[in-house]
Amino acid sequence: MKKKLKFRINLKSRHLLVIMTLFCLALIVGAAASGHGPEKLQDTAGSLVMPFQKSIVRMGDYFTRLRQSFREKESLVAEREELMEQIESLTSENNKLIQDQAELKRLQDLYDLDLEYENYPKVAARIISKDPGNWYDTFIINKGTRDGIRVDNNVIAGKGLVGIVTEVGTNWATVRSIIDDSSNVSAMTVSTADYLVVEGDLELIDEGKLRFEQLYDQDNMVTAGERVVTSNISEKFVEGLFVGYISELYQDTNNLTKTGTIVTPVDFRHLRDVFVITTNKVDLFEE
Amino acid sequence: MRTKIVLFITILICFLLQSTVIPEIAIGSIAPNLPVVLCISMGLMRGRKSGLWTGFFCGILIDLFYGSLFGFYALIYMYIGYFSGYAHRICYDDDIKVPLLLVTVGDFVYGISVYALQFLLRGRLGFRTYLFRIILPEVFYTAFLTLIVYRVFYLINYRLMKTTRKESESIWVIKSGEL
Repeated sequence: MKKKLKFRINLKSRHLLVIMTLFCLALIVGAAASGHGPEKLQDTAGSLVMPFQKSIVRMGDYFTRLRQSFREKESLVAEREELMEQIESLTSENNKLIQDQAELKRLQDLYDLDLEYENYPKVAARIISKDPGNWYDTFIINKGTRDGIRVDNNVIAGKGLVGIVTEVGTNWATVRSIIDDSSNVSAMTVSTADYLVVEGDLELIDEGKLRFEQLYDQDNMVTAGERVVTSNISEKFVEGLFVGYISELYQDTNNLTKTGTIVTPVDFRHLRDVFVITTNKVDLFEE
Repeated sequence: MRTKIVLFITILICFLLQSTVIPEIAIGSIAPNLPVVLCISMGLMRGRKSGLWTGFFCGILIDLFYGSLFGFYALIYMYIGYFSGYAHRICYDDDIKVPLLLVTVGDFVYGISVYALQFLLRGRLGFRTYLFRIILPEVFYTAFLTLIVYRVFYLINYRLMKTTRKESESIWVIKSGEL
């Protein structure tokens, strides 16, 4: 026992550094070769840490609610008067909207792709923690294998595609969002069914945009404002999930393909609740 | 033994805070980097070995949950902790300016190495954008955070842990001694 202790003290720190460096490099090489980290370890650590993270989030919720209830009381009175005025203006507006509704219905029928993803089975989940660094955009949700979530499940929020599950534990799952710099999504335009690749780009993250590449559009049919959905040839994303609208388009120097940017309807900075589609693309093939 | 347990709990709490509370106080979607502050503080106050271990465990935790390449963050944090340990012999740790300077340099190195190893190698060449949008804001915010949390780490170190000046740096410490 004593000998062991002495040995440890005599180990010079620079030797320790070399040993640990080699250890880390071995981990990196191992992870790169196998394509994933040590899953058993990740799952165990996840089960240990998740309860803490969940309770911290719940505590934060409690304080937010407490603060809100104070603030609400004050503002409720003022709000009530405001609302009365609004009712009047809204009534007239409503009449107009009913007319628009009919037109909207007609247009929606044209985009029947849109409704397709309402048929997929979904699980609601809560974001409980985020990537500690500023470089990537991944987050952890509070549902895992217990709720039927698997790796490669697609994640959506209200209006559009959010990301994809990359790791999963019994009660947690890691999601890589589509604005993450290392994310690639195969997508297509709705009106012309041209394929393109949507990439996250850290340089565009402030503007809430995504980059796209390899759009082959010889006849210049695709214009800004075009809707982009996940493509039918994507391996991991189920077909027809809404990604965003094209905002800018540039011809590449090769004169064949186009690149540009896409505006996403999802507010990634204030994302709280998401839906996980528990059907994978692969399952659809097998059926 | 108590020292090790306290250190481990501190690391764990820092990681939990970093992944839950810290993103909430992010300004312009830039969050400060608490693990860097922790391993630099420990390196400064307890020497190279402690800095190295603190960095390693901080990094491994991040790798376990968020790392794209397992072991990568452990390596970076380990080196930051280790090299901040060099300041242990030269500087006094009761002055806030020393950790402030070390954190500024350390976080900058962290940003540069993440960019160089994970972004530049994938052909993302817009260095200026990354520098001014991510790295520098993070450095400033982290330095600001240091002003607040360094005192906490200092108290944890001197109240809850054994001061291991002689033990950890026995070969080197002759002149600086115990304050």
